[in-house]
Amino acid sequence: MPRPEFQAPPDVFYNESEARKYTTSSRIIEIQSRISERALELLALPNDGVPKLLLDIGCGSGLSGETLTEHGHQWIGYDISKSMLDVALERETEGDLLLADMGQGLGLRPGVIDGAISISAVQWLCNADKSSHDPRLRLKAFFGSLYRCLAKGARAVLQFYADNVKQSEMIVTFAMRAGFAGGVVVDWPHSSKAKKSYLVLTCGPPLISTSLPKGKGENGEMCSDDDDDSSDEDGEKTVGIYERNRSKKRQKTKKNGKGKDWLLKKKEQMRRRGHDVPADTKYTGRKRKTYF
Amino acid sequence: MRLLTHNMLASNVRGATTGYPLKLEAAKWVTKEVELNADFLRGLLPKIDWRALVAATRALGLPELLPEEQPPEEEIFAEGAANVEGSAIRRIHHALLEIHVQEGSLVCPDTSRCFPIDKGIPNMMLHEDEV
Ligand SMILES: C[S@@+](CC[C@H](N)C(=O)[O-])C[C@H]1O[C@@H](n2cnc3c(N)ncnc32)[C@H](O)[C@@H]1O
Repeated sequence: MPRPEFQAPPDVFYNESEARKYTTSSRIIEIQSRISERALELLALPNDGVPKLLLDIGCGSGLSGETLTEHGHQWIGYDISKSMLDVALERETEGDLLLADMGQGLGLRPGVIDGAISISAVQWLCNADKSSHDPRLRLKAFFGSLYRCLAKGARAVLQFYADNVKQSEMIVTFAMRAGFAGGVVVDWPHSSKAKKSYLVLTCGPPLISTSLPKGKGENGEMCSDDDDDSSDEDGEKTVGIYERNRSKKRQKTKKNGKGKDWLLKKKEQMRRRGHDVPADTKYTGRKRKTYF
Repeated sequence: MRLLTHNMLASNVRGATTGYPLKLEAAKWVTKEVELNADFLRGLLPKIDWRALVAATRALGLPELLPEEQPPEEEIFAEGAANVEGSAIRRIHHALLEIHVQEGSLVCPDTSRCFPIDKGIPNMMLHEDEV
């Protein structure tokens, strides 16, 4: 089965029967709550036992929100699918629910929210489900509004499924442009099934303590031996600001440098991210003599 | 939707400047008891727009629940206040966390765009030409 994002818009895909299926499958319930626990862990709220006001973006039927409730927090859930929210009502989830499209912005007062999670939802923003949809505008509206509503120093942890490296880059780029610091944490990078990517974002200037946490299993537990040197950019791995999931072997640069192709690709990539990059000329990536 | 959430919401319809506070027009609401957590309220209170909270309680037909001006924090969080029937902290807790608006609407103060609340869920979806 292709990923749901390729089948229909979210409010159509998550219709009544899909919403019900989603919440009666014990397998899905288990996976979603495990991801939510991990997201909450990455949110790194102060360990003082004081409940916080959090967001659950793309809350669906409330599976992820229930994890927040279990930890005592108050939350506001956003979802675009009425059927999913109806199931959340039936399940009597504790959070307040809003029928809303995150791609239109979150519509909250500035600086009032203590943290946000989003579980398996943000990748939907990369689709253009209507002719009027421009993914870039929607990502911009989403991350901009998320940044504004969070209190200074607050975090957002967004677990997402990117279809390819480009999508993942696009998501990260728009988060950074909104002013966030952070990057992608990849758990179980070596397992195609268990692998999960979390965009971990901090609002405001990065503190010394905001270094990115380590992904689980990145040291090769459960590792299948699929590492080869060629997949620098276009491999399966999610590329973040921090590529913590690279094996030691791969981190070493090749003796004779990365080569012109690599450089051109890198420059193109930086351009796409909106950086000022010098034009490519015949000098780009040429060999340089070593002087001592 | 509880008044806690109402207090945080802003309309982002095209043409809105700040978009808050949204005017609450509630047709139906219910209450549900929850445990009071003074530490949570202490963290939350500085972020609450008191005037908007008072206006919301009035809109629900509860003119007596909260005073026009926010009582000083020393009074709200005074030792033992949470156990006193009718204390400021109990009222604030009740207003923010125990009242659930079921049916009604939220009106954008800048554009008068009306967002309906159905089964407790505000519909904040914008039409394409409102984004
Ligand atoms: C895979 S479900 C996950 C639901 C919930 N977070 C969980 O873990 O059980 C993804 C949810 O994202 C919602 N979603 C997709 N696009 C959205 C958008 N633009 N705005 C709000 N919600 C959206 C879908 O309706 C769906 O309920």
